Amino acid sequence: MSDDIILRIVGKFLIPLVVVFALYVQFHGEYGPGGGFQAGVILGAALILYRLLFGDAAARKAVSPRWLRLQAAVGVLLYGGTGVAGILLQGQFLEYNVLLTDPINGQHLGIILIELGVLLTVSATITALAYTFSADSEEHLSDPQVDASSQSDQLRS
Amino acid sequence: MDSQLYNYWLVILLMMTGLYALIARGNLIRKIIGLNIFQVSVFMLYISAGFIREGAAPILSPNVDVYSNPLPHVLILTAIVVSVATTALGLALVIRIKAAFGSIDDDTLSYSSGDSATELSIKTQKSSQ
Amino acid sequence: MISEVIDIALLAMLWIISLQVIFTRSELTAIMVFGAFSLICAGLFLAMGAADVAFTEAAVGAGVSTLLMLNALRRCGTDRCNSSRRGVIDIRALALTGVTGAALIWGTRDLPGVGLADNPVHLHVAPRYLQASFDEIGIPNVVTSVLASYRGFDTFGEVVVVFTAGLGVWLILGSGKRNDGKADEDE
Repeated sequence: MSDDIILRIVGKFLIPLVVVFALYVQFHGEYGPGGGFQAGVILGAALILYRLLFGDAAARKAVSPRWLRLQAAVGVLLYGGTGVAGILLQGQFLEYNVLLTDPINGQHLGIILIELGVLLTVSATITALAYTFSADSEEHLSDPQVDASSQSDQLRS
Repeated sequence: MDSQLYNYWLVILLMMTGLYALIARGNLIRKIIGLNIFQVSVFMLYISAGFIREGAAPILSPNVDVYSNPLPHVLILTAIVVSVATTALGLALVIRIKAAFGSIDDDTLSYSSGDSATELSIKTQKSSQ
Repeated sequence: MISEVIDIALLAMLWIISLQVIFTRSELTAIMVFGAFSLICAGLFLAMGAADVAFTEAAVGAGVSTLLMLNALRRCGTDRCNSSRRGVIDIRALALTGVTGAALIWGTRDLPGVGLADNPVHLHVAPRYLQASFDEIGIPNVVTSVLASYRGFDTFGEVVVVFTAGLGVWLILGSGKRNDGKADEDE
């Protein structure tokens, strides 16, 4: 948790902007550089920044790890579901032409759905990775050697 | 014709630097950094292969008629995301190795096949005292 | 001509930076140098016309990978027990990488030059995607149309890989406990 008040105030101002930028990259991925993966990583970076500035407890209250696991699974399910919907509408797996009456509109709908699935999975996975890696659970996993713990103290300070 | 291959040679030099960092003696984390350098150099090789000298980025616009090849871009996008997935898994394994054996240095971890895990952790505790 | 010089100069700078990863004693320096390496590579990707790839590499390589390595370094600490042998070059590794590099450079003699528009790799499927993308799919970004529609099955595999990596890390490291030792879930 950072005690620096400048960081926290600027963070509170910047994090919503980063989230909006992630959504912009997601929805404009068809007209410029961008798409699901880039947007997912940027959204994950916003949540990681929140965790760095406001601490573990506040971050878990804002976005809980159980919700992140659910979100990652829902993303993959949405992608696979779009493919199976193509089969159910007498097409092939992941064929978007049959999703709507007009093939071009069907392609647009299919691409929007799968990019949404990619966004959900990538952002949830990146945030959950950062939560898991930076958890303060050394006493659960290992008994640190004397010099190893002093090294990590030096790194932490 | 030779002067247009310098890109590939420099990228191969970068690849070999990453490969050396991966297989030489050292910390396990440094090996993972070497693996990532190797991967990024391979991406550079593919993007160099798909580059067209007067071409623009492959986003269709009305007054551009030569685009760079989009297929290597798609392949490398997938490869970048897969590389971060493998890096995350590798680092998780490094953390577990540190917890189980007490050391992530290569020389300390390599032991003859007769030792067991408990003997190895006793050995690392003795060597660090 | 100028763009060639810039490319070669940037690649040489990248190589000098990457030597730091081998020869520095501190792992923290190596991780920071890797972050700089990724960012300069993103700039090089942009110079070669790959906008999407540069975006992703800057976000992923200089952002997420560096963050994960720093966290892993904090949890592992650094081992100083063998630091007396840090400056010695490993001869076997050097010989192996030298042989591999020489073989690869000898293999590039058959490749066409970089940047020519009539390379064989540009002549098969790529012109078809570039010409038909707007009529069949209707979005300007060809990389997104290829990624999401023409090669959508590979992207499905990629999403599953990302999910599997998150699952694997959760299984290996656990969900993390709070400072007071209580688990956050009962799973």
